[in-house]
Order: sequence, then structure tokens, then C-alpha cells
Amino acid sequence: MFEYAPAPESRSVVDLKPSYGLFIDGAFVDPTDGDSFKSINPASEEVLAEIAEAGASDVERAVRAARKAYDKVWGPMPGRDRAKYLYRIARLIQERSRELAVLESLDNGKPIRESRDVDLPLVAAHFFYYAGWADKLEHAGFGGNPRPIGVAAQVIPWNFPLLMLAWKIAPALAAGNTVVLKPAETTSLTALLFAEICQQADLPPGVVNIVTGAGDTGRALVEHPGVDKVAFTGSTDVGRAIARSVAGTRKKLTLELGGKAANIVFDDAPIDQAVEGIVNGIFFNQGHVCCAGSRLLVQENVADRVLESLKRRMAQLRVGDPLDKNTDVGAINSAAQLERIRELSDAGSAEGAERWSPPCELPDRGFWFAPTIFTGVTQAHRIAREEIFGPVLSVLTFRTPAEAVEKANNTPYGLSAGIWTDKGSRILWMADRLRAGVVWANTFNKFDPTSPFGGYKESGYGREGGRHGLEAYLNV
Amino acid sequence: MSERVAVRKTYKLFIGGKFPRSESGRSYLVQSSNVSLASRKDARDAVVAARAAVKGWAGATAYNRGQILYRAAEMLEGRRAQFVALGVPGDEVDAAVDRWVWYAGWADKLAQVYGGANPVAGPYFNISAPEPTGVIAVVAPERPALLGLVSVIAPAIVTGNTVVVAASPSEPLAAVTLAEVLATSDLPGGVVNILTGAITETVPALAAHMDVNAIDLTGVIDTALATDLEVKAAENLKRVLRPASADHDWFADPGLARMTALLETKTVWHPKGV
Amino acid sequence: MTATTTSARSELSELGRSETALRTFLHGLPGVDQVGAEQRAAQLGTRSIKTTAKAQAIDLAIRMVDLTTLEGADTPGKVRALAAKALRPDPADPSCPHVGAVCVYPAMVPYVAEVLRGSGVHLASVATAFPSGQAPLEIKLADTRAAVAAGADEIDMVINRGAFLAGRYKEVYDEIVATKEASGDAHLKVILETGELATYDNVRRASWLAMLAGGDFIKTSTGKVPITATLPVTLVMLEAVRDFREATGRQVGVKPAGGIKTTKDAIKYLVLVNETVGTDWLDPDWFRFGASSLLNDLLMQRTKLTTGTYSGPDYFTLD
Repeated sequence: MFEYAPAPESRSVVDLKPSYGLFIDGAFVDPTDGDSFKSINPASEEVLAEIAEAGASDVERAVRAARKAYDKVWGPMPGRDRAKYLYRIARLIQERSRELAVLESLDNGKPIRESRDVDLPLVAAHFFYYAGWADKLEHAGFGGNPRPIGVAAQVIPWNFPLLMLAWKIAPALAAGNTVVLKPAETTSLTALLFAEICQQADLPPGVVNIVTGAGDTGRALVEHPGVDKVAFTGSTDVGRAIARSVAGTRKKLTLELGGKAANIVFDDAPIDQAVEGIVNGIFFNQGHVCCAGSRLLVQENVADRVLESLKRRMAQLRVGDPLDKNTDVGAINSAAQLERIRELSDAGSAEGAERWSPPCELPDRGFWFAPTIFTGVTQAHRIAREEIFGPVLSVLTFRTPAEAVEKANNTPYGLSAGIWTDKGSRILWMADRLRAGVVWANTFNKFDPTSPFGGYKESGYGREGGRHGLEAYLNV
Repeated sequence: MSERVAVRKTYKLFIGGKFPRSESGRSYLVQSSNVSLASRKDARDAVVAARAAVKGWAGATAYNRGQILYRAAEMLEGRRAQFVALGVPGDEVDAAVDRWVWYAGWADKLAQVYGGANPVAGPYFNISAPEPTGVIAVVAPERPALLGLVSVIAPAIVTGNTVVVAASPSEPLAAVTLAEVLATSDLPGGVVNILTGAITETVPALAAHMDVNAIDLTGVIDTALATDLEVKAAENLKRVLRPASADHDWFADPGLARMTALLETKTVWHPKGV
Repeated sequence: MTATTTSARSELSELGRSETALRTFLHGLPGVDQVGAEQRAAQLGTRSIKTTAKAQAIDLAIRMVDLTTLEGADTPGKVRALAAKALRPDPADPSCPHVGAVCVYPAMVPYVAEVLRGSGVHLASVATAFPSGQAPLEIKLADTRAAVAAGADEIDMVINRGAFLAGRYKEVYDEIVATKEASGDAHLKVILETGELATYDNVRRASWLAMLAGGDFIKTSTGKVPITATLPVTLVMLEAVRDFREATGRQVGVKPAGGIKTTKDAIKYLVLVNETVGTDWLDPDWFRFGASSLLNDLLMQRTKLTTGTYSGPDYFTLD
């Protein structure tokens, strides 16, 4: 036997304070009514820090600071100077990436391998990419005089805390807007460290404001009349509520919501890579991924073989301490999310699907869920229709390409899809017909700052990334 | 010899390429003509027709869609006098023809302007292309009845969407006559469906309809109604185009915004390897 | 062995009778996506193997080394010294295990055999007109028989890449079968020379071809062309032996050779084995490293782990 010894990444790079204030107008301030909540490490349930909870008056202060910065500093600033601030931020992120990665894993529960090799490089790249747009907006294809919108209210989820922050803040600032951003209540810490980076970059006060809190804070921010633009990433239900709340206003809205992606494997697929793609599609980031390949559609004539390979591969997944460099699957982000995953998985069993997990020892403390697949799933099962947002894969079969397309599209969502086949013309035929904003062919869960990302149908509207991502932050 | 008795036109709805009366059997009087007063049921029928047409229209080649839109411009030009007789100013008819022609040309160009290859940091081919959103509900501007109508229909359908349009309630005759133009332009049935009557009756049904993908509120003047429609549209996250400002210049260059607002961007990745 | 694998095995053994059957089978194997395979290998390369796991891995890697010299300038004196090192890699530390085998040219086999006799260290010889394989079959077989007669218990043969790339699969197959027969009781390692096969699809096909023809091991490279063993090539070969055992019940070994110079490299390969085919292959009988300079780096790292201080090249023998 070859047992890997523990290989923990050191926590010492992270200097956690006992409590954090709100970041408003360039400084950390206490909330007006002094409320706070605790951020915990989901892998151990240890309290990491006390986080200020922003109330309506704090949101008011933040929006006012953002407005002032927009009117006086950031709006009038030449694009080339905005660019330099963004480049500075990108560099600071690269320089402090170890610290950010460790903090992300501590607060979110994701494996350090992913925060180190995926999240942080993409975060820096995103700022670097949009920095370069700041002084080229008139060439971006939106007419000769694209104008920023004003103050952007941005509400982001807990699954990729810093990456989602980058997706929101980088294009907004490049286009000349100022922002008030609310991180998810379970993962505020890297956003607050990012606030320190803004200070280190000498970013003018008020350009970036971070208000921490839960749903009420988010609602106050989104509904604030001083906001010109709302960008939200999160659940479809909350997205719907936001769409209602901005109805009748001048606020421009972009939404990146849920998904129930089909990952479609044909009998001529490169099987070993397809199995990797299935694993990466659903177990990456514990399945807390809106574009996760949570429905495996496998051609019936290779289903047994693919499932056998998949199970063998799943048995290799190392579940445990997110800070261990060899961990593949970390902790579920919160007790509430774990409860939801359990509830839907239990529904899967109750509805008659067959459940399987590799033997895997889960830690006693913290929130954990073993990688799980359900076979014998039909389109009617809840686990084939509802977003589980966890390491749970529903396996369905199909017989023909047309049937695969039909099943893949048979959902109110439309964020992503995967296709695995060695036949080029079939890939293009399928890609044309899949109603999804991102189609990965012979790969899955790939992201890049130049590549637009966003959904069809109830997966939201607007695109983040690339030239398209600028449009959300410009009056065109 | 007695004067010839004219054959009068019946102004009906345009659904699925056919000209039915409202299933409700109701009509209202405009410029001495009875115009169908569409019901919620008519709106639902129109959505069914529009949905059925999506596959063929979105799946047609861009060249083919461009040809058909250009054909519509030809037909419109040929009926210039008819529109003028309805009271549409000649320069508005001319502008409407020119607008069809302008949009017709976009059919096979927009994907090149609005999409393209993305230079991702890795061994991948990565390309973004616009795709139609699907079925679009459109509230046409009250006036100019013809140019406004053309200016909301053409950008929606040129990219492959199908539409259910609530025509100007006060000036619906141009809309029905435009339907006759479209019916003779090789446009497949169901791509454009036109409802006449009260916006307050049909449009809330369209805004709430779960099989409609986007709603263009351009012609909604009542702000309370616009807000209500936007709230309804949120139920299935319809893409929403908010009402146009009262002083909108319909003769000005429309730009790309009306087209791009009703598009999805699809990005496809594939590894590059041997 | 189950009834299914028995029948699958006999079906597969029929393939070698016909060029068409071989081609149909080899071209029906699932494709390999280059980018995906390379990413998987790179990801496994990020595993962090520390402390006890590292100590275990180093000793295992030493036991898997095919200590190799394949130079025109090899002499009896040189290969004897190498063989002595194979037996006692670290003379200062008797707890250090011996290597898996010594690998030399056929002419050098008798000198090595004298040293290794009874030691448990295997004696491998390259044969079949190594490294090009460009000689008439009779000469290749004579080469093989001579090496076995001189004391080699492992034969490292090269496949006919020209025939393989030209699609003459049966010719390649027949040569392997003949060499296997000429090898007698010696284990046959089939060198695919993956650096010349150009694609992972070809690596997978060549792996299957070698296994179908009776090879006991499949080996990446001669070390004599610019591209030698890589992690993704080894990954594809490991997948092939895994699938072959599943289909036939017969286990085949894998030997990456060339370019593996450091302990860090070797450990990446062991991780690859561990997470692709599992512990059944984590044994010198089923996995080897074709290497020369690797051994000293393993020994230096081993010393670091046992003494806590970094060693230097002066403290290890150069042979």
C-alpha cells in the first residue's frame, strides 16, 4: 500500500483578525447598529472571525461613498489610469496568492489544490484582462462613446468567493463604474482581504465598497434607489426576486443563476478523459458549481463500461482536510447546504434511484458529504430536475444524439453542457442544438477571463467574461 | 352605369401564418373598420404558433433569413400606396422599407460582429456566437404605427427569434396590412404573429407565459403597467427590454442594441490536440 | 479467471491471425484526448508526498530501478561496477534495498551475470537490434537467444516502428511473438518507442498490440531518441494494462524509461501508478524505471530522510 502522509498547507500565511468591519469609502468601519455574525471553517466548525453585519444605514453610507467616488474620481479618471489601478490589483493578488488561497480554503472548505491552482490564478487573470480594457472601451464594439452606468450593486455567492468578486469588480471598474459588493455571509473573509489589497493599491476611496451580511443586507443593497446597476450570482429563486424588485426602475440587471447541466457521453468518446471530465464536472469544488455537470447522460451501449470506470475513479477521490495538498474533495460550505444535499439525495433514494458512494471516511466535525452517484435516474426524478449544488451525480441514459439533445434541453435551466465524442461533426451538431450558454466539448469546467460565461432561460441573463462582459457595465 | 361597390377588407389577427378572427368573436372600430379584439386565448395560441416556428426559423441559414427579410422589404415597397391610403406618411413608409433592408443585411453579419474567437490561456479552441433567445413578446410603439412596428419586429426576427406582437391599439390597420406583406414574403408561418386589441388584455398573459423567453415593452406607456409586466416576466427570468422614452426618434440609426438584447451568447470549448 | 475473461482472452488471441482483425480491433479502441490526458497527468503531478510516504516511495523506487548503461563505450569493468552498485546502492547503509535489475547490451550480459548471480537482482538485456530495430528478423532473434543464453532473464526488445506507423500491425505482432518465443523463460519487455509514435492513440494501440502478442512488460523508450518517457504517455500505457487485465485476466508490467532523473520525478510516476492502476502494480515485478542517474538522487533523498541533512553527489558512487 502507498498511503500519502498528511501534507497540510501552512495556515501561518494568513493573519486572521478576531473581527472585521465594513469596507466603506476606503476604510474599515463599524456597522451603525453594531450587529455581527460569525464566519466558521466548514471543515472544523471552528469560528474564524466575527464579521460586521451591514444594515440599511450602512448600505446607505456605502452607496453614497460609491456615488461620490463615481462623480468625483473614478468616472472622470482617464481609462489609462483606471487600467493602472486594476493592473496593480492584479499584481498584488499574484503576490499574495498563497495567503488568499489558504484563506479561501479555510473559509469556504474547498481543497487548497483548487484554490491554489484554479481560483487564484483565474482571479488575477481576470483583473489583468479587464485592466487592459479600461482605456480601450471605444474599441470594444459598443459604439464610439460607451459610458459607465454609475454605481453597481453586486451580490455574490459562496462557492467561488474571490473568483466571483473578480468577475464582478474587474469589469465594473474597467468600464468606469464604482461598486458596492456584498459577499455571501458564509464566505466574507477573502473579500475583506481584497479590501486590504485595494488599500495597498491606493485605489481611491469609495471605488470599491464591501458590505458584509446576509439576505437582508443584499436586499437593502439591491433595492437602494441610488444604485444604477445590479449584478447577482446565486440561486434562481433569489434571482427571480431581484428581477421583480428592480422592475420599473432604471437599474440595469444581469443575473447568473442556477443550472442542471447535462454532461453527454457518446459511445465513441475518449473514455478515460470522459471519466475525468465527469469527475471534474460534478466533484470539482464539492459540486458547488452552478455549471456543474450534474446530469450524466451516457449512451446506453457504453453505460456499464463508463459507470464501472467512473466508480473506480471515484474510489480514488481523496475527501478531507481542505488544507491538505492532496485533498480532492473538501468540506460542504455550510450546515444549511449539507442539509439541502441530504434532503435531495434522500429524495433520490426514495424515488427509486440507486445510490452509490465509494467507501470513504468522513471527518467527525465539520460538514461533509461523500461523492455520490445515482443510477437508474429518469427525467421525472427530483434529482434530475433540481439543482443539488453538491457532489451528487444523476446518471441517465440515451440511445440517439437527438434523444440526448432533447433530454439535455428538457430543463428550465440553460447554463452549460458537456459533449464527449471523437466525432467532430457530431460535436458541432450537438453544440448547435444545446440550449446552454457554455458548451464544453471533450472537456468540462474550463474558465477563462476572455471567455463569456452565462446562461439561457432560467440560468439568468447577461454574460461575464470577455468583451461581452463589459456590456453589462456600459450604457451602450 | 352605377358606381362599383368596393370590396372592403376584414382586419383580422395574424397567427401561425393565417388570418383568424379573435376566438372571442370580438372586434373594435378603428377608422371605420372592425378590427379583431384579441383575447388572452388568442395570445396563448400565438405563443404556440411562435414556439412551433422557432426550430425551422432559428435553424434556417442566416443567408436564407436575410433573403426573406429582404423579400419583405420588396413587398412593403410594392404596397406603399396602400399604407399611404391608411394614413401612414410616405416618408414613414420609405423609412420602414429601408429599415427592413438594413436589418435584412444583418442576418449573416451580426455573428461576426457580436461573436468570435476568444484567446483563452490554454490549448483550446474557444468561440462565442450569438443565438436567438426564442419566443419574444413585443409591445409595438403606439406610433409611428408602421415604422415603429417594423423597428421592433425586424431586429427580433432577423437573428432567428419568433415574435408575438401586440400592435398599436389605436392604429392597428398598418399592422394588419404589414401582416399581409409578411404573409407574401416567404416568411414561414408563426415567425411573426400579430395581435390587435387592448394591450392590457393580451400583454399580461404574454408577460406571465412560461413559454415566452423575452419581452420587449417598448410600446408600453403606462409605467405602472410596465412595472407589473416586468414583475410578471421575472417568473421565468424573461429578458426584458424596458419601454422606450417618449421622445424616441424612430427615424434615427437604431444601432445593434435591439438585436443584441434578444440574443444569447453561446461559447463552445474544445481541446486542441493530436 | 471468470468464464467471460477466458472467452474474451481466447477471442483476443485470435486477433493476431489476421491483419484486418488486428487493425479493426486496434482502431476500435477508445481514443485518447491529448489535452485531457496531459491535464490528468499534470494534476497527479501536484500530489505532495511527504515524510513517511516519501520514505516508502523512495525505497520502492530504488527497488524498481532498472539500472541501465547502454553506451558504445561500455566495458566489462564498467558494467561490473554498475552491477555491484545494483546490489548495494548505498554501501554505507545496509538497510538500503537493491535495485530491480541491471540493463545492458547483450555483449555485456556475461560480466553482469557473474556479479548478480543468486542476488535476486534481475539481469535485463536489450536485444532485437536495439535501438533502431532495423535488422532482419533472424538477426534480431539470434540477438535475443544470445542474450538469454548468456544469462539475461529479462529481454527489452524494440518494436518495428516503421511497420507500425505504416499500418503493418501483423508484422509487428509476429515479431513480438517470435521474440517472446526466442526469449524462452526470460520476461519480455516490449519497447514501444513512444517518442516516435507521435500520438497517444498510437501509444494505446501499440500497447495493446504488444500485450496481445504476449509481452510481459510494455516500456516507453529506448532512451536513444529525443522524446523519452513522459507522465501522460505512461498514464496511457497504465490505462492499457489496466484494461487488458480486465479483458483477459493477465497482468502486464509497465516501464517508463529515459528522462526520469530525480526523486521528485520518480514519485510522480508512483502516484500515477497508485491512482491509475492501484497497488497491484506498485511492485518491482510490475513497474520499473529505466534509468541511470535517478538512483543517486534517490539515495541522496533517502539519506536526507534518515539523517535530516542534505547530502551531496560526492558521497555517492558514480559508476
